[in-house]
Amino acid sequence: MTTAMGRPDEMQPDLGAVLTAAPVEDLLATLEAELVGLAPVKTRIREIASLLLVERLRREVGLSSGPPSLHMSFTGNPGTGKTTVALRMAAILHRLGYVRKGHLVAVTRDDLVGQFVGHTAPRTKEIVKRAMGGVLFIDEAYALSRPENERDYGQEAVEILLTAMEEHRDDLVVILAGYSDRMDQFFRMNPGMRSRIAHHLEFPDYSPDELGAIARLMLTAMQYRLSTDGEAALAAYIVRRRAQPDFANARSIRNALDRARLRQANRLVTRGDGAPLSRDALMTIEGVDLRASRVFDSPALDPASPRQGEEALR
Amino acid sequence: MRLTQGTFSFLPDLTDEQIRAQVEYCLQKGWAVSLEHTDDPHPRNTYWEMYGPPIFDLRDAAGVIDDLHGARATFSERYIRLNAFDATRGVESLRLSFIVNRPSREPGFRLERQEAAGRTIRYTVRAYATDRPEGERYP
Repeated sequence: MTTAMGRPDEMQPDLGAVLTAAPVEDLLATLEAELVGLAPVKTRIREIASLLLVERLRREVGLSSGPPSLHMSFTGNPGTGKTTVALRMAAILHRLGYVRKGHLVAVTRDDLVGQFVGHTAPRTKEIVKRAMGGVLFIDEAYALSRPENERDYGQEAVEILLTAMEEHRDDLVVILAGYSDRMDQFFRMNPGMRSRIAHHLEFPDYSPDELGAIARLMLTAMQYRLSTDGEAALAAYIVRRRAQPDFANARSIRNALDRARLRQANRLVTRGDGAPLSRDALMTIEGVDLRASRVFDSPALDPASPRQGEEALR
Repeated sequence: MRLTQGTFSFLPDLTDEQIRAQVEYCLQKGWAVSLEHTDDPHPRNTYWEMYGPPIFDLRDAAGVIDDLHGARATFSERYIRLNAFDATRGVESLRLSFIVNRPSREPGFRLERQEAAGRTIRYTVRAYATDRPEGERYP
């Protein structure tokens, strides 16, 4: 604070200049456009972006508070966009000047934990080194601790990560991701980990409307589109698929679309009249392509309780 | 006598900030950086001991600097050098190598003359440090 006292009080930091210097707005806009739903996640990203901007302004007028801790944990059901957001996060933090290089090192338990005594530490340290200047994304982080095996080397990896998260706070950002219930268990086992992570982001499940929007985004990216009948079939498909036990949100939608593309291709090839195919026909996914799915074999479940199938399995 | 080996050897020792900038340059070129140490300063001693394996797939110099601090803590009274290896086909050799740590006292070299057949004299240099066994050379 001594530095602040020497400065004139009337010095006004120019928010506009900083905003243009770090063009975060367009990054946040693409985030808004390309990621459907996820309102809490987007809010938090916006908050972090604002914090880093304000931090920069504070530095300009000589106020120092040290870099904020940005380690995060992403929890949510499968296919809710944890990895996608982590990738974006690396780019955003780079743009905001928080990490120097902005690359993402995505690892799982296998990359961190060794197979014999003394193997884990060098492995984990090497990964940490590789991630410096960027983001270390640990997918399915709960697998790092296996409470049922007390001689498991995962704990060693967790401890090294903890030191790295503390010592190299300005060199790397660690993002842990995993399914909610198992991550809760993981944090209970490692209270030190929970306290070192400032941002716990919960990824909500998508609503049927959001899943529809995601499907349309995916199709646009692949240069396909749905016919009117296809739209209706997709809506019906989503409702039925959500009710099934192994539903993985956007990932299930992606798989469904991939299979619909297969059926569309097959329909076009075997249609037998030999007429030339129009560009339109090559692009359009019809209702039949989706309705051929196995999901439509079972009788429709009550859409009011979408998780009914899962309950039944348990 | 100050040992002059490798790149920048006639400049004052690089600061950490300058070393970091050099490492950034190496990484940007895609070279693999490694650290080596020795207590035998003879100019023909090319094979120094490795301090850990070369660091591959690095994006930021922080990892190297971290290692360098570790190496200095372990071998503060030894020579430590930083190498950058270019694995490009057809090159496959060191591109950059410079000393990043040296003992606090460097006794230097003695010139030895050996009288050979006739009036021939053979010259060789011997580091004063190597009179003592390995590990005890720089107290």
